[in-house]
Amino acid sequence: MTEFTEIWTYLARDPLLWLTLTLAAYGVGDIAFKATGRRPLVNPVLIAVALLAVLLRLTDTTYATYFEGAQFVHFMLGPATVALAVPLHANLRNIRASALPMLCALVVGSLTAMISGVFIAGSLGVSPDILLSLLPKSATAPVALGVSDAIGGSPSLTAVLVITTGITGAIICTPLLNLLQIKDWRARGFTVGVASHGIGTARAFQVNETAGAFSGIGMGLNALLTALLAPIIAPWLIGLY
Amino acid sequence: MILHLTTLLVFQLIGEITSRVLGLPLPGPVIAMALLFATLVISPRLAAAITPTTKVLLSHLSLLFVPAGVGVVGHLDRFGSDGFALATAIVGSTALAITAGALTFVGIARLVGTSND
Repeated sequence: MTEFTEIWTYLARDPLLWLTLTLAAYGVGDIAFKATGRRPLVNPVLIAVALLAVLLRLTDTTYATYFEGAQFVHFMLGPATVALAVPLHANLRNIRASALPMLCALVVGSLTAMISGVFIAGSLGVSPDILLSLLPKSATAPVALGVSDAIGGSPSLTAVLVITTGITGAIICTPLLNLLQIKDWRARGFTVGVASHGIGTARAFQVNETAGAFSGIGMGLNALLTALLAPIIAPWLIGLY
Repeated sequence: MILHLTTLLVFQLIGEITSRVLGLPLPGPVIAMALLFATLVISPRLAAAITPTTKVLLSHLSLLFVPAGVGVVGHLDRFGSDGFALATAIVGSTALAITAGALTFVGIARLVGTSND
């Protein structure tokens, strides 16, 4: 027993364990996703997060300790975002031809995400300070946190709402767009990127390369628009409640 | 592979510096994406070279959100009695935004007659 405790004490402090478990949990999620015929509800991120959260609880591990290992995976988000330029470039002709539809969909999608989110939560009695944290939820995390801070929300609360929005979009986008009978991969990808940032974009890449490329642009443009519009519409929108 | 990753990191670094120096409301990696895109337009040969590496990175994009997702779980109870209202708001507004955006895109595309190829 002492031996196990010794090994555990070593492992619990080492980044190796939680890095390995992060990859393994995602592997399990991915296998489940493929085994169920790529059902959107069997989201690999959601499964991995649930498995790891249970493991952390069972082993009494803090998030800080977990992140020591997981930071290597987290770090790759930066280079991966930069890498989105490549599929963008591969779709250059397509993107040039779609400039006007993209611009209109961006403004409509971005405003709908901000206004309807605050409106629904406000109508259900959520207090104004939490509404401010909710407002930028569709923008990519670093932008959303900055916006939240600037308009008087709580960045840590916004982080939770942003990730939840991303997973929600990734789960509902395929059935919803099928229901709407939208077959244009440009429209499908773009709107998912606008509404649910990187996690939506990751989902779009699982489905179709063009959708992924357009989702990447949607994410980038909505980051910009949210940063510009949120401070302007926040006082008006929150004033309603 | 190493050279390709270095290219991405160099662009990210330039993006981070640009974002801070100019005080832009965009995160460094998003600026870097725009800069790399502009570079690829000028030099398509670079695109052909780094494509295999970026494909690997992007095909596992969802894995990269797992650590942040795990961080969220610990904060879920902070919402207390607001949990249901916020969940409803997130699901409702995400569905509305996707619907409105997609219909606008398709509608305008049809109006101006841009083909989907």
